[in-house]
Amino acid sequence: MTISVTMTVNGQSVTREVEPRTLLVQFLREHLGLTGTHIGCDTSQCGACVVHVDGRSVKSCTILAAQAQGANVTTIEGLAANGQLHPMQEAFREHHALQCGFCTPGMIMSAIDLVQRNPNPSEETVRHELEGNLCRCTGYHNIVKAVMAGAQAMRG
Amino acid sequence: MTNQAANQGIGQAVRRKEDFRFLTGQGHYTDDINRPGQLYAAFLRSPHAFAKIKSIDTTAASKKPGVVAIYTGKDVAADKVGGLICGWTVKDKKGEPHKAPRHDIIAVEYVRHVGDQVAVVIADTVAHAKDAVEAIQVDYEVLKPVVDVREAVKPGAPQVHPDVPGNLCYDWEFGDKAATEKAFASAAHITKLELVNNRLSPNPMEPRSAIGEYDPGTDTTTVYTTSQNPHVLRLILCAFVFGLPEHKVRVIAPDVGGGFGSKIFNYPEETVCVWAARKLKKPIKWTSDRTEAFLTDAHGRDHVTHAELALDKDGKFLGLRVDTMANMGAYLSTFASAVPTYLYALLLAGQYTTPAIYAEVKAIFTNTTPVDAYRGAGRPEATYVVERLVEAAAREMNIDPAEIRRRNFIPPTAFPYQTPVACVYDSGNYAKALDEACRLADYANFPKRKAEAARKGKLRGIGLCAYIEACGLAPSSVVGSLGAGVGLWESAQIRFNATGTVFVYTGAHSHGQGHETTFAQIVSDKLGVPLENIEVVHGDTAQVPMGMGTYGSRSLAVGGSAIVRAADKIIEKGKKIAAHLMEASVDDVTYDKGVFSIKGTDKQVPMAQVAFTAYVPHNYPPDLEPGLEASAFYDPSNFTFPAGVHIAEVEIDSDTGVTTIVNWVAVDDFGKVINPMIVEGQVHGGIAQGIGQALLEGVVYDQESGQLLTASFLDYCMPRADNLPSYKIGMIETPCPHNPLGVKGCGEAGAIAAPAALMNAITDALGTEKIDMPATPLKVWQVIQSHNFAAAAE
Ligand code: FES
Ligand code: FES
Repeated sequence: MTISVTMTVNGQSVTREVEPRTLLVQFLREHLGLTGTHIGCDTSQCGACVVHVDGRSVKSCTILAAQAQGANVTTIEGLAANGQLHPMQEAFREHHALQCGFCTPGMIMSAIDLVQRNPNPSEETVRHELEGNLCRCTGYHNIVKAVMAGAQAMRG
Repeated sequence: MTNQAANQGIGQAVRRKEDFRFLTGQGHYTDDINRPGQLYAAFLRSPHAFAKIKSIDTTAASKKPGVVAIYTGKDVAADKVGGLICGWTVKDKKGEPHKAPRHDIIAVEYVRHVGDQVAVVIADTVAHAKDAVEAIQVDYEVLKPVVDVREAVKPGAPQVHPDVPGNLCYDWEFGDKAATEKAFASAAHITKLELVNNRLSPNPMEPRSAIGEYDPGTDTTTVYTTSQNPHVLRLILCAFVFGLPEHKVRVIAPDVGGGFGSKIFNYPEETVCVWAARKLKKPIKWTSDRTEAFLTDAHGRDHVTHAELALDKDGKFLGLRVDTMANMGAYLSTFASAVPTYLYALLLAGQYTTPAIYAEVKAIFTNTTPVDAYRGAGRPEATYVVERLVEAAAREMNIDPAEIRRRNFIPPTAFPYQTPVACVYDSGNYAKALDEACRLADYANFPKRKAEAARKGKLRGIGLCAYIEACGLAPSSVVGSLGAGVGLWESAQIRFNATGTVFVYTGAHSHGQGHETTFAQIVSDKLGVPLENIEVVHGDTAQVPMGMGTYGSRSLAVGGSAIVRAADKIIEKGKKIAAHLMEASVDDVTYDKGVFSIKGTDKQVPMAQVAFTAYVPHNYPPDLEPGLEASAFYDPSNFTFPAGVHIAEVEIDSDTGVTTIVNWVAVDDFGKVINPMIVEGQVHGGIAQGIGQALLEGVVYDQESGQLLTASFLDYCMPRADNLPSYKIGMIETPCPHNPLGVKGCGEAGAIAAPAALMNAITDALGTEKIDMPATPLKVWQVIQSHNFAAAAE
């Protein structure tokens, strides 16, 4: 049995026939080929899969594609406009906040949501807010720096 | 040199070339790759730590939707597939080779740890394959397992392998036993410690993944996989497991999301994918989930050690003896045997002049996941032993911990320095690093801060760690004499295009280290080519010359040196072309930063023109081949020995047992640094893993059932952003004298130094040595409570 799911992903309306148990992350990766959203665990702990659903960060491994029916989804692929990096992406590059890059898409999506809710976060707030995103490479030092710098750039 | 190239060379904090694709979600990790017609593998794994497989019934499972095939160990055995091998043979005290029992890619008669492969389902989707796995019926005769080395060596303990009596893989020794005993006999003071180095799960964020593919038309097998060393994997698969010709097998390790050692090894899963792909003539894909990663990715550490340090009355080290039991897990993984031996005991001199050292190591099989190299591999264990002992000795003898180290450091004038455990240290200035670390940590004023904390009811402690590591794994002749089954050189190829852009092929593999940038910087520096005109290619055996891969912080020291050698060859040939173009003798041509010129004239030819001429050789030296490319293989004459000092400062809340790291200083000597930004990033990541080991992480098995109790991120405590501090990083530089870049390697230092520094700080705060890693709030609180009880009882 399959069901039809329609949503807007990175500004484009998409419809796919999927098994009802399909997770949003599987929908993005396997049905839309948007492999920038990663899977790092099976217990909703790592945050590699974070995307924005209707403007808020969501671990896309924790919801079914069907639950995003009609929603507006933004993935890492939808951030850069016309080859121009988002200020948070730019800050990650400038501050060497990525090594293997696997946690990076989820980390950036979480960071943008954090700054949208809290435009001028302290280091402590950043560390606390990123608690749901695991990075095994960087020790977070440069990620924290990048998020603070990205927040400043987003404030303009 | 062109202007662009000027700020992109050696020593510059160049932003990384590889970042754009990762920042925009356009990396290509193995699981992002899909092949036409591909099927999916899912494994049935043993729920028991130790059991005999009596029967397997796949009837119901094979009727499930989408199932193409189900294979068990018997099917693999019928095809005469070889078992997985250990590539390093350690000889025991009697000169006998270690015991390496057969490791089938799917278990045949016995399962020996929870997660051992029992069967594989191949189906049209992952979901269908997993559904069918659940429908397989297995009848097990459950056996009593053993998971702790201290139990496994006891008489009457469960025997993990029938052909390994007493579960003893090897009983090995190193160093001068008699001299060490003499040193202890003359000692004024002996410090003794019992130490457990906790078992860790590496947990790169990208789970392992593989696609096996077979093209019958060309009889070619292709493997896409999450590997740190694609050529080594190809060699093992071809020469040992399948008996396939190497030129018919291509291994591609695309973007790899972290490795930390765990992606060095040849695992059952990718091997099964290859085997099934050849059988079914379809691409077969498998991607680990996180629980499978906990169950099957090789673990790290897991040592139980008794260690003693002998000192004279002034705190001079006279001798060190170490007795270690190392857990190998259920099977001997690819390089497991070398980790608690040659990567461990050879580093027991630390930064000190200790004249006599003796180590005994017993490697033991248990019903647990195999243990192999994890970031640092043996060297963190050695550093932990030495530095815990040194700090404890200082406290016992009432000598300042920094001072006792100064009294025992190998002086800067003594290099090259022959240690009593076979190493010849290349260069270093240990006291300088210590002084700088003490300055950055404001070490002198610590007593004031401790008193201040005490007034607030907090326990404050400071801990030092002066670590050493052996990196740049090679030379081949040395590792060969120690039992390595492979050489440990590295390859490089530089290929100019006619328009002056450059391909650099390296046998090293980048899975976060930033080689695409660092290696390009070297080439930019040597050949004067702007960074954006250089493409570093790695990870594909069909494109890159045979190489040994990335582990042991070897890529720059060995692989980078190979690139320098190849660049030198380019310059040599370039001189001949330039001489011809300038109508001069080759001997008069000089080269500097991308420009050939004639001494004493203003004649110049840039590298780009030389490259163009090499491919459009209309006006060309008659006896010279066209084209501009060069290969080099570099086999170093020694290891490199990075070293440094970390200082951790903690505050402990005695009501909750929570440890807060209030300051962290790292001063490292990595020799010459190519890209300081990348190097600092490596240090940060290493420290985080070291802090994880000391404070948070630990693999736990149930002693009775052998069940893995820490099989998810819910139960295994990974360091998160709010667990960690920011770090103060300092660098000193004593160039490595024996490689052309003067570099030593930086990838593992943090993970080596951090556990001892942090535990020394915690034991300082608590006033007792008796606490093992991870120092969780519960354990710390218990120590504080037992103190309080003891004090109350007095
Ligand atoms: S994959 Fe979603 S939290 Fe880990
Ligand atoms: S950069 Fe590798 S996990 Fe974060």
